[in-house]
Amino acid sequence: MADQPVLEVRDLSVEYRTARGVVRAVDGISFSVPKGAILGLVGESGCGKPTVARSITGVLHQSARIAGGELLLHGRDLVSGPPKAWLDARWREISFVPQSAMNSLDPVYRIGSQIEEVLIHRGGKTRAEARARASALFEMVGLNPGRLDEYPHQFSGGMRQRVAIALALALNPSLVIADEPVTALDVIVQRQILDVIRDLQRRLSLSMILVTHDISVVAYLCDQVVVMYAGRVVESGSTRDVLEQPRHPYTMGLTNAFPDLESAAHDLVPIEGSPPDLSQSLVGCRFQPRCPFSLPVCISDDPRTEVAETGARFACHRHADSERLRRQSRDIATWQRPQ
Amino acid sequence: MTSAQTSAHPLVAANGLTKRFAAPRRLSDMFSGQRPHVYAVDGIDLCIGKGESVGLLGESGCGKTTTGRLLLKLTEPSAGSIAFDGVAIDTLKGDDLTAFRKRAQLVFQNPFDALNPRFTIERVLAEPLVNTGVERASHRDKVEKALAQVRLPPLSRFEGLFPHQLSGGQLQRIVLARALVLEPDFIVADEPVSMLDVSVRAGVLNVMREVRATLGLAALYISHDLALVRYVCSTTLVMYLGKIVEQGPTADLLKTPLHPYTRALVNAVPVPRVDQSHAALPIIGNVSDARGQPRGCRFRDRCPMAVARCAAEEPLLRDLGQGRRVACHLA
Amino acid sequence: MAAPDMAASRAGAAPGLAGKLARLLRDPFTVAGLTIYAVLIIVAVFADQLMTHDPGDILFRANGRVASNQPPSAAYLLGTTNLGRDVYSQLIGGSRIALVVGFTAAICVAAFGTLIGLLAGYFGGKLDAILMRLADLALAIPFLPFAIVLAGFSRSSTTNVIVAVVLLLWPNTARVIRAQVLTVKERAYVEAARVTGASDARILFVHVAPNILPLTFLYGSVAIGWAILTEAAVSFVGFGDAKNISWGYMLQDAFVSQALSRGSWHWFVPPGLCIILVVIAGFFIARGAEDVLFPKLRS
Repeated sequence: MADQPVLEVRDLSVEYRTARGVVRAVDGISFSVPKGAILGLVGESGCGKPTVARSITGVLHQSARIAGGELLLHGRDLVSGPPKAWLDARWREISFVPQSAMNSLDPVYRIGSQIEEVLIHRGGKTRAEARARASALFEMVGLNPGRLDEYPHQFSGGMRQRVAIALALALNPSLVIADEPVTALDVIVQRQILDVIRDLQRRLSLSMILVTHDISVVAYLCDQVVVMYAGRVVESGSTRDVLEQPRHPYTMGLTNAFPDLESAAHDLVPIEGSPPDLSQSLVGCRFQPRCPFSLPVCISDDPRTEVAETGARFACHRHADSERLRRQSRDIATWQRPQ
Repeated sequence: MTSAQTSAHPLVAANGLTKRFAAPRRLSDMFSGQRPHVYAVDGIDLCIGKGESVGLLGESGCGKTTTGRLLLKLTEPSAGSIAFDGVAIDTLKGDDLTAFRKRAQLVFQNPFDALNPRFTIERVLAEPLVNTGVERASHRDKVEKALAQVRLPPLSRFEGLFPHQLSGGQLQRIVLARALVLEPDFIVADEPVSMLDVSVRAGVLNVMREVRATLGLAALYISHDLALVRYVCSTTLVMYLGKIVEQGPTADLLKTPLHPYTRALVNAVPVPRVDQSHAALPIIGNVSDARGQPRGCRFRDRCPMAVARCAAEEPLLRDLGQGRRVACHLA
Repeated sequence: MAAPDMAASRAGAAPGLAGKLARLLRDPFTVAGLTIYAVLIIVAVFADQLMTHDPGDILFRANGRVASNQPPSAAYLLGTTNLGRDVYSQLIGGSRIALVVGFTAAICVAAFGTLIGLLAGYFGGKLDAILMRLADLALAIPFLPFAIVLAGFSRSSTTNVIVAVVLLLWPNTARVIRAQVLTVKERAYVEAARVTGASDARILFVHVAPNILPLTFLYGSVAIGWAILTEAAVSFVGFGDAKNISWGYMLQDAFVSQALSRGSWHWFVPPGLCIILVVIAGFFIARGAEDVLFPKLRS
């Protein structure tokens, strides 16, 4: 615990310039990635999680900018530091596994030479060293090194995703960010890739941020979880704590909305409504319009982030009642008429 | 397939249904003069009783979407036959085809693409009625009824709105309402919630379940998602490379899968709970090519249990009683 | 997979025709193009009022001599030809022919090309193969010689020029429309129309065509320039309709009368400039429309 976290995100805000004005897609979020842990960043579309992933890798869209906050990599701030330091950190320190590996692989080059390219140009290896390292990486992610000389189209989706993981690990980064790494894959392949990630994380004691919309992926892989809603962190903590004892109604809703193989008898509980429009100025709790437990204070005041005795953090005015709300939240009737 | 079936014939019955596509030719094919085919659907039998909900489970490329399109006469089979309420659909034309269209509808996967961007919501919902020549005076009532069935507000709330102005969850309910406006007996739902956010997914699934039950609709849910199938289907078929490898009552099938492929699927699904099995998957490698019609079992190269017989002889779907059937030599 | 893109695709959805038009009018090139067309139309409509003389009349000076090769003056705004005809009035009269030829040909090209493209793209198969081979054939024929041959074989008339332009230009439109139909046809809402019982005609004209119409306008606007240019070219080489004094005819008249060597710029520059302006206007509009219709092509 005394270990310095690999990455600490402090009060990060990111804004987009759009035709409808400035949209604060990420609004003052904080969390940290402990060494050797997988942190799951969950939330639905429009909650800002890809923006967080992109800000950390330093590859934000042209129209976006970091409006405030710090990104401390091994205690050094990337945002206020020289741009060159951030550029140097990219791939060497912080690497990235995209949702679809096809985007990161060039179709006209052999896969092996693409990995070697990274090793030679970013990692300063000789060609022979790079070749050996590429073979080792292939074995690490469960691919046959004999296929290094093939082209991306000869690989299936799952194999390409393995290549993307190998590429991300090429320079022994201290942090790997994976953006929905299994979303586009079939169930079985998905599980195979999750197992590769799990296995590698154990062996290399990797630190990872896994961006996903899928609670079950978090439950399967992640040690820590950060739940985002409308650009804010609503709840964070150890996966067990957050998923088993959710303290924020949104997290309660998310865990109930997921169909479960073994408990299909009960009704799925939807969260009615949709996320707020972030181009408007918002007062109060952002989940309030969809929350069945909201009080007048939720409309007027922003909830402060509280810390539970377990170390979990959450931002809800009704945290004192969380035990009771949890029980109520499992009843579909609770969510059908938001107060 | 079982108890739900009260009349003499099932609502939908397919026999030996096959759909093959010309595969892209390789150089070697040109020399050998072959015209290779991909068998998207390869001789499947399928039977859906009135009011029954059947799940069609499989990975992408297994032919499940093609099966759905065949049943709705959106594409023609290369071999085999389909009977809808006892009538063969392959020769339907003109008014008979329109009558069939009124009774068999499709719910699309991507609600953002399934609605004409230039049509208002009102026009989208009335379009099926216009197409099938339902008298204009009744349109408004029928549309309102369909909206109520999917638990959307009345039409006045959608006045002048276009599809891009609604959220994904609302759009998918509109897509469902459009299918219901013709008061069909049978719907095919192709991955109906895969494009939606988790929080709205549950709402759409509940509506589908409710509508199906109250209207007594027969439905074929096409999905890769076991949990969805578990949630809405009484019977499930598992498809692998154009073949049905296992079928049975959903709860039994998922609890005690008999085919090694089904077993792998069931084991692969992560559940949203922290304490879950991390046991190794009983499967090897990736899906092989569907080019041509290989001998033997199509799953054998991924099957950890495969024996010599699996390569020599194709396993047929065997009846095991209690509605369960499996195509595996070892089950 | 697309779940995270949902919000983006929602925001980026088609803002409707009005929005597109508003954006079109913010592009200075488009505005310039549209202005040129507007002036052309106004001039052509009010040609009778604007002309100071009959373009065909041979004019005489007060002393009874033919008013040939006069420089611009108050009486002859752009001077006269070597046979004493008023250049300014010819120029105004020429706008009428340009308008008739340009717009008729453009409308025919757009309509014919769109129809063929729709049919070929939507029905595919043999029909598509036949129509597209025809298109290849038409594209392979050299443009100007064909127009000249056509004008030469039959009576040289403005109608023939229009027919030549349509026969040779439809494939460009048809091909692009066909390609667009192929993508629109794959959209789920087209399948939705089919499964809800829509006939082929209804799918084609109600669900597919409206989503393609902007392209028709784009190609139509380019065809205007082409048609006017063709008419000018055919007239310039002497196969034009002698009864109609078009800009191309004026150029030809000036050329054979050695107006260039005599430096009678007031005779040949105005019609040349008019042709250039009108052709450029078509491209300006197409350019602006392209930006609005396919914003991804830029940046």
